[in-house]
Amino acid sequence: MEKQELVEKINSALAEEFEIDVEDITPDADIKKTLELDSLSLVDMVAIVEEVSGVKIKGSDVSQIKTFGALYDYLEQHC
Amino acid sequence: MQNRVVITGMGIYSCLGKTLDEVRDALYSGKSGIVFDPARKEMGFRSALTAKLDIPDLKGVLSRSQRVYMPEQAKYAYCATADALAAAGIDQDYLNAHEVGLLYGNDSSAEPVVKAVDTMREKKDTTLCGSGAIFQSMNSTVTMNLGCIFKLKGINLTVSGACASGSHAIGLGALLIQNGLQDMVVCGGAQEVNPFSIGSFDGISAFSVRESEPEKASRPFDRDRDGLVPGGGAATVILENYETAVRRGAPILAEVLGYGFSSNGDHISSPNVDGPMRSLQMAIRRAGIGIGEIGYVNAHATSTHVGDANEAKAIYNVFGEKTVEVTSTKSQTGHEMWMAGASEVIYSMLMMKNGFIAGNINFENPDEDSQHLLIPSHTIEKKFDTFLSNSFGFGGTNSTLVIRNL
Repeated sequence: MEKQELVEKINSALAEEFEIDVEDITPDADIKKTLELDSLSLVDMVAIVEEVSGVKIKGSDVSQIKTFGALYDYLEQHC
Repeated sequence: MQNRVVITGMGIYSCLGKTLDEVRDALYSGKSGIVFDPARKEMGFRSALTAKLDIPDLKGVLSRSQRVYMPEQAKYAYCATADALAAAGIDQDYLNAHEVGLLYGNDSSAEPVVKAVDTMREKKDTTLCGSGAIFQSMNSTVTMNLGCIFKLKGINLTVSGACASGSHAIGLGALLIQNGLQDMVVCGGAQEVNPFSIGSFDGISAFSVRESEPEKASRPFDRDRDGLVPGGGAATVILENYETAVRRGAPILAEVLGYGFSSNGDHISSPNVDGPMRSLQMAIRRAGIGIGEIGYVNAHATSTHVGDANEAKAIYNVFGEKTVEVTSTKSQTGHEMWMAGASEVIYSMLMMKNGFIAGNINFENPDEDSQHLLIPSHTIEKKFDTFLSNSFGFGGTNSTLVIRNL
């Protein structure tokens, strides 16, 4: 899957699950603030990204990924 | 001196309707909520009969972070409880300012467990179960969800007493109020309807296989009954200290006069006669009324051979030959299991408030036990002011409530 296609699929899935406008998801946006994640819903974000991308995100890496841009880069590096 | 306990609000989400008016009309007209579900046949069910109701879409009503922890029965319970609180004149400001309790009957949450296990087996990654799975899977899922959504601050726990769960929840709530430990308790029962929840129940041949006539399949007390039909939904009653209800000008609907309970100490699935009898007698004794004051008996009768026969014997032994109308609303709803004790209080309340007794539909021929009971098969007009409601469950747990109109 091309990176842009993956980005669009992830953004669409996250916007639908967390009930926000997909336009609010930008590369520089903070993931937790944009999706209004707490410690529980963070798990759902990771699960959705893993489902869509097929990339397993290590638990220790999750807290290091702050923005959507960083998330896309992580997935590109690990796919 | 014990406090008097009154019912000040009711709400229900059932196969007979989603409002009290809808349910009242369905009871009166003898409507059946039972259908044939082809998907169950494909899953290998012996009987594909079930009550039919839709899972409420709460998007736009509750936030995503509230909904994600709710299995279907918690959604039913939310609808029933929101309606019951509104009917009782209770808003969020009141709940914030008072110590309101919550006792709700529930005894399974199978579908979330099955889905999580399927995910673990297939994906080998527990993260993919999602954050909601644990909270949806726990038996206390209904009370944990309702307690958080309505921000309740009193007692908060699930009553698991098999098919008597909802009735015990009301009885225990009444005891807390009688003894001054709570002034208001939200009580009820909830039951999931998905096939996973009752597949193993189907496996012990407990269900009716009268699949060609779904609406005639649930036939409590009838000679030709061949098993129960599973149902579900949720029902909520608001119990309140009479004095505080009067002070706040609440709509006082009825009084919980007596709660009786017992355990058979016998077989895990086959009920006996002595245990239920003791439950009935205790409820009537604690109500402090004469047996002749009871104008209607809402039987537990689920349409099984042994269960209905033994309950008929117990009722006959307590009430005598054809002294009071006895019906099982399960003839219309199927067996609402964990919900049944609460929903059947509401069904009986609706009859009492509207001066009728819903017929025990499909009761066409009595057997040697039910012939001694007065069982109308069609709705009759009758005013009564006190009723008794039975609920019995696997393991031999019995609960009986006596409730009087106010």
